Amino acid sequence: MSLQEAKQAVIDDFSLYDEWLDKYEYLIELGRGLEPFDESHKTEDRLIKGCQSRVWLDWRLEDGKLWFTADSDAIITKGIISLLISVYSGRTPAEIAGDDFAFVGEIGLQENLSPTRVGGLRSMMDTIRKIAKQNA
Amino acid sequence: MSTVSDIRAQFPQLSEKVYGKPLVYLDNAATSLRPQSVVRLWEDLSLRHNANVFRAVHKFSSEATRFYEDARRAVAAHIGAASQREIVFTSGDTASLNLVARCFGAAFVGPGDEILVAQSEHHSNLVPWQMLCREKGAHLKCLPVDEKGRLCVEMLPQMLSPRTKLLCVADISNVLGLRNPVAEIVRIAHEKGCPVLLDGAQGIVHEKVDVQALDCDFYTFSGHKVYASPGTGVLYGKRKWLEAMPPLMGGGEMIENVAWESSTYAAPPHKFEAGTPNISGVPTLVPALEMARTLNSGEIAAQAGAVRDFVLDALLAFPGLRLFGLPERKSDKVPIFSFTVEGVHHEDLALLLDKMGIAVRSGQMCAEPLMTRFGVTGMLRASFAPYNTMAEAEYFVTSLKKAIDMLK
Repeated sequence: MSLQEAKQAVIDDFSLYDEWLDKYEYLIELGRGLEPFDESHKTEDRLIKGCQSRVWLDWRLEDGKLWFTADSDAIITKGIISLLISVYSGRTPAEIAGDDFAFVGEIGLQENLSPTRVGGLRSMMDTIRKIAKQNA
Repeated sequence: MSTVSDIRAQFPQLSEKVYGKPLVYLDNAATSLRPQSVVRLWEDLSLRHNANVFRAVHKFSSEATRFYEDARRAVAAHIGAASQREIVFTSGDTASLNLVARCFGAAFVGPGDEILVAQSEHHSNLVPWQMLCREKGAHLKCLPVDEKGRLCVEMLPQMLSPRTKLLCVADISNVLGLRNPVAEIVRIAHEKGCPVLLDGAQGIVHEKVDVQALDCDFYTFSGHKVYASPGTGVLYGKRKWLEAMPPLMGGGEMIENVAWESSTYAAPPHKFEAGTPNISGVPTLVPALEMARTLNSGEIAAQAGAVRDFVLDALLAFPGLRLFGLPERKSDKVPIFSFTVEGVHHEDLALLLDKMGIAVRSGQMCAEPLMTRFGVTGMLRASFAPYNTMAEAEYFVTSLKKAIDMLK
């Protein structure tokens, strides 16, 4: 699946639900489905700054592609980071660094989160972009 | 006598919808909703009667001054102050507390002195004292709370020393929602010669305050938590203290005479009100406190008591729910409920409740030392006002259960 297709898939999945409560239920499911995160990797340097709940993001570069894993102590936050990972994991650093992350706006998540949580979401996107630029 | 539905009609926001669902506003400890009487007065003063207070002789200026000083009399009467000269207007509770820290501190606190602050205080009644102690080389001491959230008043006599210059405590914590035994606290402190500041941010909403009966030295609160315009605040101080304290800011209206080299200052309260005050906001304290009296009496107060009892019982019966601020008797609790749920993050709960139309607070509630005390990173807080109905309380309990089920 191309990056464009992966983003469209997320937008489509989200648009299946009319009620915001259902969209959140979907995020909770995504959060639950996230692959287990190594407890020993929950270190200060993997913590994303600026989130209300704690979010850890780890990555590895394999065959020129970035793979992300993440965890959070809040399940909805975990769902949100899982959504980002599902789109950007397995892409080249250049591809990620060159992306505008605008699809997040299209699912309407930002209008639905409080300003501090929007800040948290932005921090997650910035961290992914930063990692991509470091490796590009 | 007013009924709850009469009263609700006066708060238009109660009819708002969120995500297509009726808004259930349970974040009253952060800020109350505003009644039409308050907004109408603010609008009238701003649109039709705007003028600066005190200085000019024209009609609108003297009217503005009358509105402003009438508010001072109304506040003095509402909290039982001996004189309106003991009421200083500020921009909010935080400003009131900082004013005392700066000005009382300048006059009465020196190296080696102590300020005693309760462990359950809001940051606004902690950080100004930390700043003062750092500046003066004084010591900040902590009056702890026990596992139930009760202040350890029995430790007070031994904690107060001749060097303790001020004891600072809220009459009701914004997290725990327990009525602290402030009359007893003031009596013990005064026996040891220590004055007492009561942070009334929550107390002014739920209590009938009588500063003379309490005999407290300072009492502070914000207007916006008690239905008045944001940007208004009150500092009550006993006259002897206000007279002995230097002003905070220099400028207009706080002076008596100004020469090039030096000035003499006005008497309290104007000594502490440099610059143009909140001329449209301060007068709204009059209808706001009138609303507070209505809400805390008769049928409405009885209903609020029933709502508190219902929510308290429901939360105590919830499996895995840990409520902070456990009262000996139900009447010791005001309807501020902070809790955690085992295996569920407070932020997740708040997000889901929001989608069900319920506004609650999650996080540290501006009381990090208290979070540390209980070993939690945050809590969920539902804080009710007397205009919240039993139906809303029932919906909250049902929705909470649903949200927990979704998250577990």
